Amino acid sequence: MAETAFTKKYFLYFPKCETEKPIVYHLVKDYNLMVNIFRAKVTPEEEGYLVLDLTGTAGDIARGLEFVRTFNVTVNEQSIGLRWDAERCTHCGNCLPHCPTRALDFKDRTTREVRFDAAACIECLSCVANCPFSACASVF
Amino acid sequence: MKTYEEINAKIEAKKAVVLTAEEIIDYVEKKGLRAAAEEVDVVTTATFGPMCSSGCFLNFGHSSPRIRISEAWLDDVRAYCGIAAVDVYLGATELRQGDPANLYHPGEFRFGGAHVIEKLVRGEKVQLFGLSYGTDCYPRREIRTWFTLKDLNQAIMTNPRNCYQNYNVAVNSSDRTIYTYLGQLKPGLKNATYCSAGQLSPLLNDPFYETIGVGTRVWLAGAQGIVYGEGTQHAGAVDRGGNGVPVEGGGTLALTADMKEMDPRWVRAVSLTGYGVSLSLGVGIPIPVLNKEILKRAAVRDRDILATVVDYATDYPNRTGKTLGRVTYEELRSGEISLGGKKVEAGSLSSYRYALEIAELLKAEIEAGRFTVSRPVRRLPVDRSFRPLAIKESERYG
Repeated sequence: MAETAFTKKYFLYFPKCETEKPIVYHLVKDYNLMVNIFRAKVTPEEEGYLVLDLTGTAGDIARGLEFVRTFNVTVNEQSIGLRWDAERCTHCGNCLPHCPTRALDFKDRTTREVRFDAAACIECLSCVANCPFSACASVF
Repeated sequence: MKTYEEINAKIEAKKAVVLTAEEIIDYVEKKGLRAAAEEVDVVTTATFGPMCSSGCFLNFGHSSPRIRISEAWLDDVRAYCGIAAVDVYLGATELRQGDPANLYHPGEFRFGGAHVIEKLVRGEKVQLFGLSYGTDCYPRREIRTWFTLKDLNQAIMTNPRNCYQNYNVAVNSSDRTIYTYLGQLKPGLKNATYCSAGQLSPLLNDPFYETIGVGTRVWLAGAQGIVYGEGTQHAGAVDRGGNGVPVEGGGTLALTADMKEMDPRWVRAVSLTGYGVSLSLGVGIPIPVLNKEILKRAAVRDRDILATVVDYATDYPNRTGKTLGRVTYEELRSGEISLGGKKVEAGSLSSYRYALEIAELLKAEIEAGRFTVSRPVRRLPVDRSFRPLAIKESERYG
């Protein structure tokens, strides 16, 4: 029976000088993964960051990530490239109309407490420019 | 029906019945106005939003040898020194020296007077750099030192325009994004921004300034402060709805309190992309239930408070006077308003969540007998309208 494919978000950190390898190409060609890049900053001779969704079977994703790690790339499954600081947030809600995926939304409309759903964030960064309290910041 | 003295006697005996401006709505509906007015002593109102007209007077004390200080920078933010020796006024919107402002539009406005104020209230160290011209009594001509809030003799927040009674809802009809003090407005009426706590906001609960006036004790960011005057741009003579509540700006309050007693949670610097720096502040004001008319007005609800929608692409900057209609705070708080049949997403710069928390905190203070209500020494004017600025030709050269 064929394994079912799923999608998961990953945050990759590239140490200096590992940035010239066509890693994404290999993920697609050799590991049969579908790649959806949200945001990337990969510059030769500098540290790099890549935030992407990988879609594939559990086996293919595990093998693909194993390949990625051979380049000393750190794979973070919990983290994304956008930081939301709950302490700085005053729950004004100014970010809501600017967030296209409702990653930032009220928990409920009565108490109007803002919450951040990292899984829904596509890293458009519009909250970074729109939060008056600098509660949203980009890691890179 | 009740006097200030009777209400304060109950507060001091810890027997006062206090409800927030949100709780009072259902309470009045359930009990009826007359019974509720007899039972309830105080309604607490609150707001937390950017209040640009904020600042503080600081007194540094004297160094040896003394300096008058005629120019001063606090963490590189210019403070006003045209007052007595070692006194300065730091304004919230003042930018840091060298900030490119909107030279590269939209500017980020990362740091200004509000950030210095926030740092001070958090107890952090701030740099003072001062210059002077030197006098026989104040010979020193330059000073650089570091201080915290504790080191100052006085740090008095003095805000000439806070607590706007009501405010515009901003939209943008143009085909480009614009950056305003009401945040980023996307083209083609894609979003709307408002800035009021609506049914919780102090002057929306006391629309004719019957209990909130000069001398009223207020909760300002955790400190007990006072209303020291009508705020700048106070204009009671504005369009009002059937319930007497203004549907546009209306009244404002001038507030003051000791910064040393403030809680940093409620003093928060604001950076508005493409506009500038501001300061968000928590304000709580108790309304004594002197009679059932006052209670009726304090039980106002979002669906009965209107705000005027204004196009910030053309009408606001050019002061055309044109408006795009009116919406209720109930609609605004739903996150979507309707403008000429078009659905527009609405966001707020004022935090209802924080306002609610402040109303609860003030309620707890009053219930514990620590915060009494005060009779205003002077009422705020209800009949004054807003004057525009005429651009006149010089009489001599015109």
